[in-house]
Amino acid sequence: MMQAAVSHGSPFSRVAALVLRHWYILRGSWLRILELAYWPAVQMVMWGFLSEFLSKQANYVAQAFGVLIAGMLLWDVLVRGQLGLSISFLEEMWSRNLGHLFASPLRPIEFAAGIVTMSLIRTIVGMVPVTLLAIAFFGFSIYSLGWPLLAFFFTLQMFGWGVGLAISGMVLRKGLGAETFAWAAVFILLPVSGVYYPVNVLPEWLQVVAWALPPAYVFEGMRDVLAREAVRVDLLAGAVALSLVYLAIGFGIFLWLFNGARRKGLLATQGE
Amino acid sequence: MYAAIDVLHLRKEYGKIVAVDDLTFAVSGGAVLGLLGGNGAGKTTTISMLLGLLVPTSGQVRILGEDMLRHRFRALPRMNLSSPYVDLPHRLTARQNLAVYGRLYGVENLPRRIAELADQLDLAEHLDRPFGHLSSGQKTRVTLAKALVNSPAVLLLDEPTASLDPDTADWVRTFLKDYQRKTGATILLASHNMLEVERLCDDVILMQTGKVFDRGSPADLIARFGRDTMEEVFLDMARGRKRSVEELRKMEPVR
Repeated sequence: MMQAAVSHGSPFSRVAALVLRHWYILRGSWLRILELAYWPAVQMVMWGFLSEFLSKQANYVAQAFGVLIAGMLLWDVLVRGQLGLSISFLEEMWSRNLGHLFASPLRPIEFAAGIVTMSLIRTIVGMVPVTLLAIAFFGFSIYSLGWPLLAFFFTLQMFGWGVGLAISGMVLRKGLGAETFAWAAVFILLPVSGVYYPVNVLPEWLQVVAWALPPAYVFEGMRDVLAREAVRVDLLAGAVALSLVYLAIGFGIFLWLFNGARRKGLLATQGE
Repeated sequence: MYAAIDVLHLRKEYGKIVAVDDLTFAVSGGAVLGLLGGNGAGKTTTISMLLGLLVPTSGQVRILGEDMLRHRFRALPRMNLSSPYVDLPHRLTARQNLAVYGRLYGVENLPRRIAELADQLDLAEHLDRPFGHLSSGQKTRVTLAKALVNSPAVLLLDEPTASLDPDTADWVRTFLKDYQRKTGATILLASHNMLEVERLCDDVILMQTGKVFDRGSPADLIARFGRDTMEEVFLDMARGRKRSVEELRKMEPVR
């Protein structure tokens, strides 16, 4: 009977193994791939036609056509970042696989890195076709934002991952009864993120809340680029710094709840 | 002989419930230890603590010389688990599951290792079917293949033949016996199947309500309880009928 040659692997190979596990699922179903682009595409078409209508009626939209479509596309980058991560985590819960994963040499930080990578892949697979559709349908290219687009994208993704990790920890600790939060939690931030209107239209106390969150910096920065072709470095720096803080907090919460789950014996018992 | 598994005063409390109470045992390298007990005896809780999936309330666990509470990632690459309470992803094929876990354990030349396991476990024709589409027996064999993918020095088996028909269960037991003999792996087997324990284990710990009720080889336990089979021993334990030596002497026929 042959013995396996075991190198004990590297953190990178373990993260890659987890990504491979989710990639197998994603590539195995064209419906899952279609689903990634479905809602962003529907929303983009709706906001695109609304923008066309408003550009004839409203000076604000006429001056910066695409501000609503760009807002919608970038908001979906945040949503897909959080949802993409949460779905990968939920897949492990649904398949009752967590016990096997955490009985292996996979460390919690490698697990987090794996589902973060998968979230990035899901976002790119879902969003790139929609951005191309926006060019085809409305002649609006999100890529006209230039290099700041890259900063906006990663800032929103990191914030989404932070929220997603905290929610995943909560689902692990509280069970699949808390699954609804994974699907809906991020939308509570929509009104205070300044996606479709400037932050200064909010009541003053809500503006304080808005400026404590990275999306407000991103969407204000996005409007400046589209309307005035000006890149506000201060807004970008604020967005990146805050996103890193929220990502660290999200991972800290996940780790705290993960360790709580280890004390309560939930890793080997969670499932549908 | 070194202790591959060394457990000292292990205790797990869930609030006021004590799931495992002052459990102490050691398993020599290359030995097969059975944890035998009814539902709720603490077998699965013990296995979870050995793997670091569950943090003990107190006590120590050393596996392959590593303190599992502080350095579990040093030992985990050389361990593995099979349990009916933990599943593999149903949408992945058997081959994909083995590829993922082989990479997690850092197995080199993985395609060859998967082919070997498929051959040994008679899985070749099922490798490219989704795990969720397999029969119970096939799933058990895939789970066993996953548990053996890294040729573990310490193998933890939680009820490895649960829900299998007698023929498949017998096949799995024969395979495990053969595997242990050829590789010298240390095996801890939690079960409430007496036949399995009798056939596979060198040593058995009888557990009841989280505590060690008795310990010995299957032959010793059968003799000590004055019974013919481990099933009768188990029933004596479950029904609180452990006999004292004096009682057994009284039962001996007068010559």
